Amino acid sequence: MSLFTEFTIFVLAIFVGFEVISKVPTTLHTPLMSQTNAIHGIVMLGGLIVLGYAGDGLEYVIGTIAVAFGAINIVGGFMVTDRMLGMFAKKPKPKADAKAGDGKGGGAGK
Amino acid sequence: MISLAVLEPGGDAATALYIVSFSLFILGLKQGTHPSTAKRGNLIAAVGMAVAVVTTLLLDGMGNWGLVAIGLAIGSAVGAYASIKVKMTEMPQMVALYNGVGGGAVALIAWSEIRHGIHIGGAMPLEDLIPTLLAAIIGSVSFWGSNIAFAKLQDLIPTRPLAVPGQQIINAVLGIGVIVLAIVIAINNDPPSQFLFILILVAAAILGNLVVLPIGGADMPVVISMLNAFTGLSAAAAGFALQNVALIVAGTLVGSSGTILTMEMATAMNRSVANILFSGFGGAPAAASGSGEQRPVTSIGAQDAAIKLAYADTVVIVPGYGLAVAQAQHAVKEMANQLESRGVTVNYAIHPVAGRMPGHMNVLLAEADVPYEQLKEMDEINPEMSRTDVAVVIGANDVTNPAAKNDPNSPIAGMPIIEVSEANEVIVIKRSLSTGFAGIDNDLFYEPNTSMLFADAKAAAGEIAAEIEQL
Repeated sequence: MSLFTEFTIFVLAIFVGFEVISKVPTTLHTPLMSQTNAIHGIVMLGGLIVLGYAGDGLEYVIGTIAVAFGAINIVGGFMVTDRMLGMFAKKPKPKADAKAGDGKGGGAGK
Repeated sequence: MISLAVLEPGGDAATALYIVSFSLFILGLKQGTHPSTAKRGNLIAAVGMAVAVVTTLLLDGMGNWGLVAIGLAIGSAVGAYASIKVKMTEMPQMVALYNGVGGGAVALIAWSEIRHGIHIGGAMPLEDLIPTLLAAIIGSVSFWGSNIAFAKLQDLIPTRPLAVPGQQIINAVLGIGVIVLAIVIAINNDPPSQFLFILILVAAAILGNLVVLPIGGADMPVVISMLNAFTGLSAAAAGFALQNVALIVAGTLVGSSGTILTMEMATAMNRSVANILFSGFGGAPAAASGSGEQRPVTSIGAQDAAIKLAYADTVVIVPGYGLAVAQAQHAVKEMANQLESRGVTVNYAIHPVAGRMPGHMNVLLAEADVPYEQLKEMDEINPEMSRTDVAVVIGANDVTNPAAKNDPNSPIAGMPIIEVSEANEVIVIKRSLSTGFAGIDNDLFYEPNTSMLFADAKAAAGEIAAEIEQL
């Protein structure tokens, strides 16, 4: 892959990222952060790759720690996000209709 | 050495699978725009991650399987345990730690890449070397900066700004030194010097420590968001170094997210990111306020507060970091339940920087089963304030201070606030009249329509709930 291809991907990803993330409501910003922590766990791929060609003791240690750090991000990030979003999801809303009339209605559509 | 070696690194099949993987990340984040779909979105992103990991394990050149298994097992166990055990009040610490390990992983990968380049021998191509150096610098800064942020949030070190004399100069020297070292390595890249590379890691580590140490507790939402953006960028840089499209896209998505949050937090404080990073805000004015004049306040007890609340039509609860510290979210929800059972309309006004990270209060209240619809953003609730009978401020301070609007000389002048003083009556639940993070008196406490309830947030909310029940 040429450097310019990589840059093209990078620049497009910036626009996609801003476009998608700017639509996340402030209420969900904490789960957003923990989910991006999990997605950042993608660096574990780098850990796996460098561990693949590690050749001495120091490189074994570095690579193993990098893989472990990445796994913490992936497993911990996705699991804690799931836990948090579960709290937002469970809303029996017995009184929801009482407030639906107070002029805010438009947002409820979908 | 065993190798599955099904896929060729950089080959069509591997690249196609990586494209599937990052598409799932984007889809997952898109679903995160609404609470009803966000949980599914998180699962979709997790599937994308599984695709990326399996693809990588099938690449030719994978090996050292025993170590791979150890790393995966330890990391997964730690991550799973922490995610189950963490309290919602501790989410800022958790995210700070995740930022840290993410940055640390990138710095270690960069180190390994340099050693790999040296082993291969000859000049390391600049298009690999430069992103490797960038990944090392940003990764090391994020790792150490995040550790300090974690230590502050966990109260392991003082949350007040800690600064050494000549801090800015030291930071500037370190920053320039790191860049000069990187240039020297890039020029003499045949082979690159591991010694200088380690110097870069160390200098960046010191820089990470020194940049975050002077930043106070209430500025943490900005710091955590910024470190989040940094880790994303470091992953993207590692992607350039390893020519891995999944790392480039995923890292960039995380970088975008962190950047957006950083800007939103800074806007909510009416301060520039540079000002937050380099001003050591809150240290100096705190000393001055000790001499503050005595102004009369109205103090009430739980019973009077309960009466005011129970006979109101509309109540707005304004939570702040103090609510998290007191673990008062369930008690507050119980108080709201009592009010709602009497027909009182209850809403929650959330300032963007209430708490220690973006969205901190929302998660706490969601944990206590507060319906999503009752969590109002600042811009949404402020126009409602003048029609609110009672505003209850629980553990919030600076974000309610009318001086931000009225006093152009105030350190927080211009900061958007929740305009509680517009409400007919205000009840402030607080332990004492002590100043908030900005180190200034809150004029709200002395206004004629404000009553102070001096108590612990959790105890007070519980007492008020009990009193309302007996009315």
